[in-house]
Amino acid sequence: MPVMRYRDALNEALREEMERDERVYLMGEDIGVFNGAFKVTSGLLKDFGDKRVRDTPISENTIVGMGVGSAMLGLRPVVEIMTINFALLALDQVINHAATIHYMFGGQARVPLVIRMPQGAGHQLGPTHSHCFEAMFMHVPGLLVAVPSTAADAKGLLKAAIRDDNPVIFIEHEYLYGQRGEVPEGDDHLVEFGKAAIRREGADVTIVGISRMASTAEKAAKTLSQKHDIEAEVIDPRTLRPLDLDTILESVRKTNRVVVVEEGWPHGGVGANIAALIQEQAFDYLDAPVARVTGADLPMPYSKPLEQIAYPHEPQVVEAVLSTFRDL
Amino acid sequence: MGTEAQEMTNQDLSDPDVARAWLRSMILIRRFEERAGEMYAKAKVGGFLHLAIGEEATIVGAVQAMRDEDYLISTYRSHGHALARGANPDNVMAELFGRETGVSKGRGGSMHMFDFKNRFMGGYGIVGGNLPLAAGMAFASDYKGLDEVTVCVFGDGASNQGTFGETLNLAALWNLPIVFMVTNNQFGMGTALARHSAVTELHKRGDGFGVPGVRCDGMDVVDTYTTMREAIRRAREERQPVLVEAMTYRFRGHSMADPEEYRTKEQVAEWRERDPIVSFGRALVEQGTLPDGEQDQMDQEIIKRIDDAVAFADRSAFPPPESLYDHVYVLEGDSDSWYSVDERSAGVHRGEEERNLPASARGPEDAYRDAVTVAEREDATAPKPTEEAQGAPSTAESTEQPAQGGNG
Repeated sequence: MPVMRYRDALNEALREEMERDERVYLMGEDIGVFNGAFKVTSGLLKDFGDKRVRDTPISENTIVGMGVGSAMLGLRPVVEIMTINFALLALDQVINHAATIHYMFGGQARVPLVIRMPQGAGHQLGPTHSHCFEAMFMHVPGLLVAVPSTAADAKGLLKAAIRDDNPVIFIEHEYLYGQRGEVPEGDDHLVEFGKAAIRREGADVTIVGISRMASTAEKAAKTLSQKHDIEAEVIDPRTLRPLDLDTILESVRKTNRVVVVEEGWPHGGVGANIAALIQEQAFDYLDAPVARVTGADLPMPYSKPLEQIAYPHEPQVVEAVLSTFRDL
Repeated sequence: MGTEAQEMTNQDLSDPDVARAWLRSMILIRRFEERAGEMYAKAKVGGFLHLAIGEEATIVGAVQAMRDEDYLISTYRSHGHALARGANPDNVMAELFGRETGVSKGRGGSMHMFDFKNRFMGGYGIVGGNLPLAAGMAFASDYKGLDEVTVCVFGDGASNQGTFGETLNLAALWNLPIVFMVTNNQFGMGTALARHSAVTELHKRGDGFGVPGVRCDGMDVVDTYTTMREAIRRAREERQPVLVEAMTYRFRGHSMADPEEYRTKEQVAEWRERDPIVSFGRALVEQGTLPDGEQDQMDQEIIKRIDDAVAFADRSAFPPPESLYDHVYVLEGDSDSWYSVDERSAGVHRGEEERNLPASARGPEDAYRDAVTVAEREDATAPKPTEEAQGAPSTAESTEQPAQGGNG
């Protein structure tokens, strides 16, 4: 299988879907002449022209709204927001419009829109450029939310997102853009929404990792195996809406212990939600409280040492897993 | 309403059928809105109810200047826009009643009418929220190489939203076939124009964004039509977005719950002198286009048509409880994963399973039954004693009762 970077896998997905379907077009800030702030759209303007690759003014709310309007009339827009933090400027269009229109008008209109954007800390970009908002978007009925953590999923999920008739919040990760991974060959590699990936099988504890934290969880699982004789099952849900709860529950019923790892804030976070769903449906299988590892509950600081302790790393995950084995 | 204006129009107003259609459309909106207000007072209609009484010429003038294939998108004051585009009054009224037969299947209500078939692309509850959508629709027409124009209606209040500047800039930058129509009814809710806008000549606000502006008399259906027709032509042929400011006035409050402390009775009375239906009807008679008395006859027919719409809405069923989760997502094929999580009562389940569950699994639904019982208590079609005492107004000149305060 060819190995490629996460960002190139995304590029390939866009390219293939644009070739496949004339209705697919791209819109965003500096995605064309500049080739994208993170180079995901590199070369697409040259190959597809400025009808289908549209550089926009810095007007996030209106760009997203135009995506919604054009999707209602049958186009399949892929809007890039430079980072997820800027998506806050577009929340009216995302929540009051994109997520709502199909329901609000009794099913008459569809909004097959994809909004792509990266998130994540680690580059010392401070409180306005570093946050993770998957929990916030996951909160909204009407939206689908994808959080790919590998190059293969980045490609397969993006292609599926573009073909989906619902509005999709497609959350990439700045750290992952440069990471390499195997990607199945051919233009028919699709990853179905609502199907979790089991990254590693194990019988002792379940670790659910979100976005970049799926790879952090995998590293922690290796350490647990080597140093603590604990075999962890690592699950990457890949999409948070729809959520493959059955795969998580099945694993928990086997391992009886679970840790949810995410980079975002704890209060009302993904882990809080998954913990609630697990205790509702698998309470009797739990040998320990559901544990969470999350980012710190604060605006992301700039200073490197502070930033480094404000989001989870492998040792925190190992520690959280061990805590589920201690006597209560 | 001079002959000069008439010569500029495609639609020949000396043709009685054309004149009749325009007048009928305006009266239909007026009578519909009046009845909607009555139904609100009877609690047949809930939520907010924003009536367009007084603004009929802005609606009909714009819609008559459009082609069938053009798109219209409007605000939370949108019953008239839906009707003028051809939506069935039965279904518009049923939407107000929250029924399954409503244009939006009872999911949207007064502020969220929609009729894709007639290319009425919706009423929207967020002030300024529809401008980017409209530009996206115009973009889609352009992208597909089609000759369609989108007309985007919003109020003077929306011209202070960020989307106004953002969208006008993009529309001009990308040469989109779109007409922005600001219906300047002098108030953003209860805040007078001069208290919310530094530049009160709103049509001038487009210049800085590359969108030329023009003003029309929104109380004059012919002037509105003529102005909109030229704006739509420029958008279609020259790919030049235009901003049209229609000067108008709502005779009723912002919504039904409006004590109207922000304006004087004198001001309201002054604008009522310029009632768009009265003046248009009178002009048609003076010109000899319509015989005297025909408007009365038309009015009676329309009143009866609205009676039928009320009866239709009142006998229509509410959406069934198991349909609660319909249309949250477009679902194709089987999936076991969780799109919606239903936690309304004990026993979590997937929202999309709702239709397959026994009622008991959905949890207690007393509140649904109570709401139906209350709604069915009064017959909407029964005349109110006060209406009978006042008598049904028989001419357009007496279509309006004085502005009522706090009647909602």
